[in-house]
Amino acid sequence: MKDVLIDLRDLVVEYDGERVLNGLSLQIRDKEFVTFLGPSGCGKTTTLRIIGGFIEPVSGDVFFDGKRINSLPPYKRAVNTVFQRYALFPHLNVYENVAFGLKVKRLPEKEVHSRVEEMLEMVGLRGYERRGVAQLSGGQQQRVAIARALVNTPRVLLLDEPLGALDLKLRKEMQTELKRYQQQMEITFIYVTHDQEEALTMSDRVIVMRDGEIQQEGTPQDIYNEPINAFVADFIGESNIIDGVMLHDFLVEFAGVRFDCVDKGFGEMQLVDVVVRPEDIRVVSPGEGKLTGVVESVIFKGVHYEIMVDAHGYHWKIHSTLPQEVGSFIGMTVAPGDIQIMHRMEAGE
Amino acid sequence: MKLHTRLASVPYLLWVVVFTIIPLLLIIVFAFTGTDGGFTIENISAVGRYTDVIMKSIWLAAIATGVSLFLGYPLAYIISRHSARQQNVSLMLIMLPMWMSFLLRTFAWMTLLEKTGVINRLLGLAGLGPFELINTSGAVVLGMVYNYLPFMILPLHSVMVKIDASVIEAAQDLGASPLRVFFKVVLPLSMPGISSGITMVFVPAVSTFIISRMLGGGSNLMIGDLIDMQFLGNAYNPHLGSAISLVLMVIILLCMSIMNQFDDDVDVEGVLR
Ligand SMILES: Nc1ncnc2c1ncn2[C@@H]1O[C@H](COP(=O)(O)OP(=O)(O)O)[C@@H](O)[C@H]1O
Ligand SMILES: [Mg+2]
Repeated sequence: MKDVLIDLRDLVVEYDGERVLNGLSLQIRDKEFVTFLGPSGCGKTTTLRIIGGFIEPVSGDVFFDGKRINSLPPYKRAVNTVFQRYALFPHLNVYENVAFGLKVKRLPEKEVHSRVEEMLEMVGLRGYERRGVAQLSGGQQQRVAIARALVNTPRVLLLDEPLGALDLKLRKEMQTELKRYQQQMEITFIYVTHDQEEALTMSDRVIVMRDGEIQQEGTPQDIYNEPINAFVADFIGESNIIDGVMLHDFLVEFAGVRFDCVDKGFGEMQLVDVVVRPEDIRVVSPGEGKLTGVVESVIFKGVHYEIMVDAHGYHWKIHSTLPQEVGSFIGMTVAPGDIQIMHRMEAGE
Repeated sequence: MKLHTRLASVPYLLWVVVFTIIPLLLIIVFAFTGTDGGFTIENISAVGRYTDVIMKSIWLAAIATGVSLFLGYPLAYIISRHSARQQNVSLMLIMLPMWMSFLLRTFAWMTLLEKTGVINRLLGLAGLGPFELINTSGAVVLGMVYNYLPFMILPLHSVMVKIDASVIEAAQDLGASPLRVFFKVVLPLSMPGISSGITMVFVPAVSTFIISRMLGGGSNLMIGDLIDMQFLGNAYNPHLGSAISLVLMVIILLCMSIMNQFDDDVDVEGVLR
């Protein structure tokens, strides 16, 4: 890759003999918006802290712009961080918090002033300069934290679940704003979240992690449409995951029924996981579809109804714009292109 | 509800009145009356004769406070960056000597510092000394530091544990070298601990009389010794003793208010968050 900015190679991190990162390798391009997505404890923060310089890997290498920086201390890196709980300086006011990095670099007072003001303007905190940070709301503290990092115009901004503490509405607003800052300032953003929706809406590229390993990386569309295994499928959006057998190319059997599909190359009679998104199951009259079942429950979700159907020994989740009667029989079909086949995950993996 | 809380506070109010306010008033009365019971400011002006003793007390206590701060600050900081368990053990070790009698501890230093004491004998083996260790100002300062160091470390530690590690990381992240992290973040955030540590060491040090008597010999008289002499010693003069006490109190109050000035620079609310 040409414009690789950060190159992580075979990173291993251990705490008390416990492997937290297990040979993680990853390249991050310049000006990219990359998101680490995964359940709590999968090593997202740890990876971020390696890039920030707060921990050194047991083995493996960290390259930044072609230079190995494994043991370069944080204050010498062209990287800034928005910490999970903001970590604002409690003894400084808003202005002083944002000016901290510039003052440390001993920039002329005048330049500090104009850059801080410009940054406060951008995050909408003009007029709050003299406020103590303890008197700000969560959303405002968040903006100070972002301004404090961005004012240094780092090559890379690390954001560790920055919106986790905000309410839904504010979170949506901030998502859009962060994306705007990233494009406006042309800075590489490395974003950590366990919220799949956040990851899908903001990122150029999503890295799905689990137990210190990368499961899949790709564009949000790739990850959503072509999950590489049942874990990714389950973690990204809702899905029905069913045991299946790949009979031969383009033919799979699951729930006791044979389906045409678009996958090949699995070999004959191969055990597989079959993933079907709830919105990809179409409701038809009983007997018309390949599957027939009883409606167990119907929940209104705003845009759609979430319908649970008991059919062929499985509980199926369907998203449909039309409600169904609980207890009624319905038929279900799935288009070949909406059936995703993936290698069976081994037990405990 | 309101009546209850008011009733509950009665014993404490009584306590304060009987054991704090009345004695304080008595001291004031004694300080401003003569042996005949009439009003006079003679006692207060007589305190002026002891200016050198008072200055020396303040000087020795200030040195001891400075040394305690110098020794206690790094120690408190190091302790505060360890795990909760390690912190508890360290703090216990620091407080351990305080479980023994103050007199005994100071007496132990006498036997160490004496002309024929442990230290001089050890030095003698190496062909050095004997040195004049005891009955010096240095011995008094040493005794103060030894006895009051925990009072410096504890308040410093309790403020420092509240400094969030991520705030320090944020400073590093923004380009601050370890030295600048210290001066721009750790030091300002530990100001409240510094000022209460200074108060907690300076106040008992400036008014001590045991340490100066046991380790300082006759030449290192302190305010505490003066007061002691007026009440329990040959000089017996409670009126003068009260006057000196009053002056001492004013000195301490002055020192504390100066310390509080420093405190105001720091947003304590924020620190404790
Ligand atoms: N300082 C530490 N000491 C011991 N274990 C840690 C430490 N930091 C993280 N861990 C462990 O490492 C694993 C990954 O943590 P982390 O990177 O914070 O996960 P995430 O950010 O994805 O939730 C977790 O199991 C966590 O318990
Ligand atoms: Mg985390």
